[in-house]
Amino acid sequence: MKPRGHRNHAHYWAFVLHRVSGLLLALFIPVHFYVLGMAIESATRLDGFLSWTNTPLVKLAETMLVVLLAAHLTGGLRLMALEFFGTRESSKTAVAIGTGIALVVGLTFLLNVR
Amino acid sequence: MSNTIKVSVWRGQTEGAFEDFEVPRQPSQTVLDVITYIQRNIDPTLSYRFACRVGVCGSCAMTVNGRPRWTCRTHVDKVATDGTLQVSPLRNLEVVKDLACDMTEFFNKMNRAEGKFHPTKSRDDDFDMVLPDDPKRKQASQGIECIGCGVCYAACDVVEWNKDYLGPAALNRAWTLVNDVRDGGNAERIAAVSGDGGCHACHSQQGCVEHCPKHISPTHSIAGLKRAVAKSALKGIFGGDD
Repeated sequence: MKPRGHRNHAHYWAFVLHRVSGLLLALFIPVHFYVLGMAIESATRLDGFLSWTNTPLVKLAETMLVVLLAAHLTGGLRLMALEFFGTRESSKTAVAIGTGIALVVGLTFLLNVR
Repeated sequence: MSNTIKVSVWRGQTEGAFEDFEVPRQPSQTVLDVITYIQRNIDPTLSYRFACRVGVCGSCAMTVNGRPRWTCRTHVDKVATDGTLQVSPLRNLEVVKDLACDMTEFFNKMNRAEGKFHPTKSRDDDFDMVLPDDPKRKQASQGIECIGCGVCYAACDVVEWNKDYLGPAALNRAWTLVNDVRDGGNAERIAAVSGDGGCHACHSQQGCVEHCPKHISPTHSIAGLKRAVAKSALKGIFGGDD
C-alpha cells in the first residue's frame, strides 16, 4: 500500500540524476587519486594503465563520467538559482536545458576521442 | 464513455485491502462524487472525509491512481484514463479508517513551525500599511492561498523519510508569516524552522509543487526560509540591524 505515482515528474528525476551522479562521482574520486598516485610510484605502471584507458570500453566509460560531471554541475547550478535567487519561472525548462547541456558535453567529448 | 467505472477503494487502516466497486458514470463526475455514490448506494460503512465539495475546505484529499489529489475538483475523465480508479488514503498520515486520515500531526507541525500569527499591536494602535506591490506582500501572496488539504505532505518523500520534518505546508505557512510586517514572532519562527526537521531537510524534489491543487510552490517558500535562516545566522555572527 505505497503508491509511488507522485514521483513521476521532471523535478523528481532531476533530483535522482543529481543524487546518483554525485554518488558515482564520489566513488570515482578515490580511483582517480589512486591512478594519480601511480605517477609518483612507477612511471611504467602509469603508462601501462594509460594505454589500457585507450580501449573503446574505457573511452565509453569516460564519456559517461563526463556526462555525469556535466549533469551534476548543471543540476547544482539549477538548485542554487532556486535557493539563492528564488527563480520560479521555467523551472522545468531549466531541468531540460541542464540535461541537454550534459548530453551535448558528453557527445562533444565522444566526438573528440581518437 | 462507458456506462460504469470500476473503482478499487482502500478498506481498513494501515492493514487492509482494496475492495472493488462498479459505479455508474455521469458527465462531469468528480472522484468525490464516485466515493459518495459508493457510500450512499452500495456500502454505507465506507468512511471518508469531505465538507465543502468545491475546493475551499481542503478536507477531501485522497490518493487517486497513485497521486495525491483534491477529490472534489478532480474529474474522473482526467484521471481514469484506462476507465479504472484506485482510491486510497493520503500517504504519510495515520489512517483512521478506509479513506479518512488522522490530520493531527499535519496540523501540529504548522504550530511547531510557528505558523501562527504573533500580534504586535493592540486595538488602540493604528493599522499597518501593507501596499499591494510591497516585495514582502508579494512574497506572502504567493503562499497564502493554502487550504491545508495535506496533498503536498502526502507527495513529499522527505516527510516519509524523516518523521520530524515539518513538511511543505507548515514551512510555507511559516514563510508567509516571515513576510508579514504585522507579525512579531520571527525570532521564534526562524529557530523553529532551522532544526533537523526544518527547511534545510528539503531536497527540492518539488513533489509538493507538482501536486498542490492551489498551484502554490512550497519549495520556493522553503528556499526563502533557508535564506532567512542564513541571514539571521550571519546577523548573529556579525551583528547588524534589520
